Amino acid sequence: MTKAWVSVRRLKEFGMLGMNCRNVDFINRYNQRKLFPLVDNKLKTKLLAQEYDVPTPALKFVVREQHEISHIERELADLESFALKPAKGSGGKGILVITGRQGDKFVRSSGALMDIADIRRHMSNILAGLYSLGGTADVAIIEDLIAFDDCFAGYSHEGVPDIRIIVFRGYPVMAMLRLATAASDGKANLHQGAVGVGLALDTGRCLNAAQFGRPIKLHPDTGRPLSDIHIAGWRDILLLSSQCYDMTGLGYIGTDIVLDKFAGPQLLELNARPGLAIQITNGRGLLPRLRHIENMTVNRRFRTEHRVDYVMRQFAEPDLAAPATE
Amino acid sequence: MNQKRTFFSILILMALSGIVIAVLRHFATGIPFLPGQEQSVWLVEARVDFEADGGPVTANLSLPDARMPGFEVYEEQAASPGYGFAILTENGNRRAEWTKRAAEGGQSLYYKAQLVETGSDTADTADDPGIGEVRPDYWEEAQELAAGEVLDLAREKSSSPQSLTRELVKLLNSPGSQNTALLRSNTSDQADLLMLLLDRAGIATRSVMGLYLEDARRRQTLTPMVEIYTGEKWLLVNPVTGEFGVPPNLLLWHRGGVSVLDVTGGKNSRVHFSMIRQTVPALQLAQVKNSESVFTRLGVQHLPIEEQSMFKLLLLLPLGAAVVVFMRVIIGLKTSGTFMPVLIALAFLQTSLVAGLISFVLVVAAGLALRSYLSRLNLLLVSRIATLIVLVIFMISAFSIIGYQLGYSTGMTITFFPMIIIAWTIERMSILWEEDGPSEVLRQGGGSLLVAVFAYLLMQTPIFVHLTFNFPELNLVLLASILAMGQYTGYKLSELRRFRSMDDLG
Repeated sequence: MTKAWVSVRRLKEFGMLGMNCRNVDFINRYNQRKLFPLVDNKLKTKLLAQEYDVPTPALKFVVREQHEISHIERELADLESFALKPAKGSGGKGILVITGRQGDKFVRSSGALMDIADIRRHMSNILAGLYSLGGTADVAIIEDLIAFDDCFAGYSHEGVPDIRIIVFRGYPVMAMLRLATAASDGKANLHQGAVGVGLALDTGRCLNAAQFGRPIKLHPDTGRPLSDIHIAGWRDILLLSSQCYDMTGLGYIGTDIVLDKFAGPQLLELNARPGLAIQITNGRGLLPRLRHIENMTVNRRFRTEHRVDYVMRQFAEPDLAAPATE
Repeated sequence: MNQKRTFFSILILMALSGIVIAVLRHFATGIPFLPGQEQSVWLVEARVDFEADGGPVTANLSLPDARMPGFEVYEEQAASPGYGFAILTENGNRRAEWTKRAAEGGQSLYYKAQLVETGSDTADTADDPGIGEVRPDYWEEAQELAAGEVLDLAREKSSSPQSLTRELVKLLNSPGSQNTALLRSNTSDQADLLMLLLDRAGIATRSVMGLYLEDARRRQTLTPMVEIYTGEKWLLVNPVTGEFGVPPNLLLWHRGGVSVLDVTGGKNSRVHFSMIRQTVPALQLAQVKNSESVFTRLGVQHLPIEEQSMFKLLLLLPLGAAVVVFMRVIIGLKTSGTFMPVLIALAFLQTSLVAGLISFVLVVAAGLALRSYLSRLNLLLVSRIATLIVLVIFMISAFSIIGYQLGYSTGMTITFFPMIIIAWTIERMSILWEEDGPSEVLRQGGGSLLVAVFAYLLMQTPIFVHLTFNFPELNLVLLASILAMGQYTGYKLSELRRFRSMDDLG
């Protein structure tokens, strides 16, 4: 039985990173304020990623002005499927995923139908800043839809499973896979009820899993054992996340990566204030790893391969080296 | 590390200097650190405004005199640059007179008095002969008849001057009566009407103007009251409610038929009152007033009372801000809008806690219901918020009016809520509702209210009110603690719960 509270001493033993410590010692210290717009604005992130050859879903077009919305159907005419996002949205708010057409209706990822008027309203809400931080005016991005990799079949309810990796000074320090559930309404947000699966940094295997801050073993909707998860091409994913440091210059970021069936790992978005729940899903605290990297003499010339190989060695999970035998 | 040490030494220095200044002020001026149990002292300021014509000006204001029950004038002074000032006694009434050879444009004259509550309300007028004021009545025939009928009705149900008065007030208050409507047609003032009727009944009356004393009120006006002679003594009656006797917080400012304020050589004259309550013993207060030390000059007490009442609230704000920082950084409560709770707490100070809580929850709940309809209208964000502001003002007016009709005058104080903040709160909560469900709304709304209540409880504690007002430098200590909390990197209390599942591992 889980106790209602955990002592400060226990949290320190685990090296759990708290919110205050994250803000003061890491975000304030390693993330320059002027760089925040690069990640808070998805359009800027995307353009930057293209510049640095970081793979990301292709940008179709951008809606910047209210009057463009009135004839938007012409722009959408030759797009079978697409994702519509607010550039400054946070926490997955305001993202509309259209997977196909049915006559003149649009089919959402949930299966619900939308007509063009609904799309217009959604766009106009985005432009007015409904989903942006502080309600400032925003632009809407229309981009290619990800073709999900089949390796997650049976592990996700509707939504996109994505991989969140915390990158500190260019070194990936912790990773988790986020799976949408019925409770999270197809969203991969942990606080809305998505399942978080902690991943071993050296292999991409499941370490631990949690939903609503409590450990679980099976996916709550499909019943598949989460401990079988093993992500293929793990090193490439870490390389991609590590590149985001070179790209933005932000010392402490969360990178959100999705796997495309054809194009491989794609950078979806970056977060300059990544959450702390990743520690629960991993069953490990971030602090020892962060302090380790902090005390290293880091050379900015170190290439991403060097950094990735270092963490795969340094933060290996030897107990998991053999495939799970259940 | 070194940087941190400098930072904390600056903080300690800051807190220490705050305390040291406070101690020095204590010794220099004699203001006690604890709010005294002594009599409370009311500082009342009358402000006369008028527009001078350019010629000689005489302004004449009635003053409370020693015969007023319940209070005693302890000290008085007038502040009006360029004016001659004198206190005169005319027919037993004390009046302040300001004079100037030539004045033009807007003029403001101040009269300040320190009043001590004496607690006795019988210090009065038994010796006074029962001669009332004579006032002409100029009623038409129909009104004469109506007055006669009303008087007959009241007389039937009464046995003494006192009960007659009570019955008359009841009749005047009864709506829909033709007689009272007729009587009101040329006197709108209930006090005047009551006196005219009592005159006809042969009961001696006097008009009185009273001032209700409430802490930190500004721009108050006098309330008309009536005194009747019962045969052996004068008795005060409220012409609207019909209650007898002097309420404990009513200061009788003016008595008699002459006007409260006379201005010759000016127009648009008016007088209004500000007041503030101090728990400092009167003797020490006098010391503060009279001493010439730097602390006295740098104290808030030397400002006009109208500003003082504002400072009393302003100087409490740092305390509220510190509470918010503590609750968010150390406890980890979620609030909607960072400093919204402080503003709510400030509003609670005016409305009292329970009334404030109820009206706040009502307004926000009604706003959420209306907002759910607005979200279907597909409006742009700015106009949606603007619509909400208008709706919030409608709702607040409606609640005030309904509350007033039901007899709760506290309904009126709802207007102290910051409307624009409430509109934003409703907007945010409704988005939260759509995206994260009602439970999150309850959590953040509850968190905000909890912080607001906590801040309110601290901000209305007498000792904090006393300290922040009399020793403003103590806010440096608060500032230091706020800065220190800004460097806190330990766990929040809420994280001990959030990370509880970690306990099961290894």
